[in-house]
Amino acid sequence: MYKEQRIWQWISHIVMILLSLAAVLPFILLFVSSITDESTLIRNGYSYFPEKLSLEAYRYLFDHSDTIFRAYGITIIVTVIGTSVGLIITSMVAYAAARRDYPFHRILAFLIFFTLLFNGGLVPTYLLYAQYLQIKNSLLALIVPYLLMNGFNTLLVRNYYLTSVPDELIEAAQVDGAGEFRTFFTIVFPLSVPILATVGLLQAIMYWNDWFNGMIFITNPKLFSLQNVLNTMMTNIEFLATTSTSDAASIIAQVPSTSVRMAIAVIAVVPIFIAYPFFQKYFVKGITLGAVKG
Amino acid sequence: MNTMTAKTATLRKIKWKKILPISLMALPGVLYLIVNNYLPMFGLFIAFKDINFAKGILASDWVGLKNFEYLFKTRDAYIITRNTLLYNGAFIILTTVISIAVAILLNEIRNMFAKRFYQSVILLPFIVSMVIVSYLVFAFLSTENGLVNNYILPLLGISEIAWYMEKEYWPFILTSVHIWKQIGFSTVIYLASIVGIDPEYYDAAMIDGAGKWRQIRSITLPLLVPIIITLTLISIGRIFYSDFGLFYQVPMNSGAIYDTTNVIDTYVYRGLLQLGDIGMSSAAGLYQSLVGFILVIISNLIVRRISKENALF
Repeated sequence: MYKEQRIWQWISHIVMILLSLAAVLPFILLFVSSITDESTLIRNGYSYFPEKLSLEAYRYLFDHSDTIFRAYGITIIVTVIGTSVGLIITSMVAYAAARRDYPFHRILAFLIFFTLLFNGGLVPTYLLYAQYLQIKNSLLALIVPYLLMNGFNTLLVRNYYLTSVPDELIEAAQVDGAGEFRTFFTIVFPLSVPILATVGLLQAIMYWNDWFNGMIFITNPKLFSLQNVLNTMMTNIEFLATTSTSDAASIIAQVPSTSVRMAIAVIAVVPIFIAYPFFQKYFVKGITLGAVKG
Repeated sequence: MNTMTAKTATLRKIKWKKILPISLMALPGVLYLIVNNYLPMFGLFIAFKDINFAKGILASDWVGLKNFEYLFKTRDAYIITRNTLLYNGAFIILTTVISIAVAILLNEIRNMFAKRFYQSVILLPFIVSMVIVSYLVFAFLSTENGLVNNYILPLLGISEIAWYMEKEYWPFILTSVHIWKQIGFSTVIYLASIVGIDPEYYDAAMIDGAGKWRQIRSITLPLLVPIIITLTLISIGRIFYSDFGLFYQVPMNSGAIYDTTNVIDTYVYRGLLQLGDIGMSSAAGLYQSLVGFILVIISNLIVRRISKENALF
């Protein structure tokens, strides 16, 4: 019996180490490529053990930091505004749908729920936003389409209110003379921090990683988020050179394009990886919550 | 009589004092749902129109089922349906099998630190965007600079392959990338169910002399069956929708390999924004919304029969 235990331990560790390597190695290649000398890269290709290292790509990014910092700024603004506004809207509508003494709570829950079953798809959504609401080439285009993330998260929050915020608490607050808004913001909202942290985290990651809205709604490079810069560069290597304010022609000549692309990808990934150890607990909780109840 | 009406009046007032503020709280969300979700649903009617932007969308001519006729006459309709179903089918089967195996192994690990560490690391691919993933894949598969063409194929004595031009490799590439990105996520879900199994079952089995393998086969797997069926049915309900990023970013929108990389979502996108063929695009979109809706309803009906608490409705 004891021997069998040990064999299982060994097998499990070996398999998990291999899987962990498979998960991490591509990122290491990305990083090594970003510090590989451009001519080495072009001659030998991407490699884990390049002949010559160089920080030229990062120096280049630093010299052209206006484009990159701008994109960073856009990504941060969109993530912060989108997540906070999204959470406020989500929690309020979820709360209304959870108040059993509110006559429309069932209709409201159904209204949210139905969006999980049926949706209009890309064409009408795009035409509505682009043609009628005219949000093309504005920050709104990067924020608005993902505000409620999806009905599923709203229902998760609603479920939390139904199960973890006792009706008595709300009644007691109202007997004390607190209005509905005060009850919500001073009592219910603070109580729901665990679920809002989980849902907010998923939403923040989604905003940080979003390239789709930028791709369909944004043509002005000044409004590109990091992901959109990366997305555009994949098809247009000269992106940096052409959007830079200085003499374009001379810059194209010295763009260390391949490693620079990798360097930008690295700086887009690094913040998530740094934050990951801190949020991974909530993240795992969010995944299990979502799956088991859905 | 007078006091009665006064009483109902105050009652009504109290009721409104509740209804009004709560409705105000719900208002932003409701307005948002109407604009972002419900208006586009009604917008599906454009699939029956010949959209002419000079006339405006609402004033464009009705053409009945013409757009659908065109769509289903092309080979595209067949290809995108086939690709969507086959890819998602393969994804469902492979991710389920692999992630259950990984979750069982992960659960065996005694060292709590190592367990959490492995779980965190295999989740890493899940938290990066598909654009980043396409960069990673490109570093391996680029024809001139890729690691595979420069280092791995020469070792095997195979000459270089123009990966982004040859369609027969893509079913394997896309499936591998999907599993690589998704496996951590599914493992977390199955691990949570395995952890939830009552340890008494295992204790009893050990007393009876059952080995690990026997325990997995006779306890773990049977107890996982309801969640496996539920999650699989939910995935089948969504089989008509695919991961747009995977099929658009990872093959780098390369036209030469559309045959094996085009799915309904990418087809709709290209029709709308790259080819300007709104008719075809909106017809394919409505086709997806409708079949998708029917599949969700059917799969949910079956889930309800098996385990009611996991049903969506």
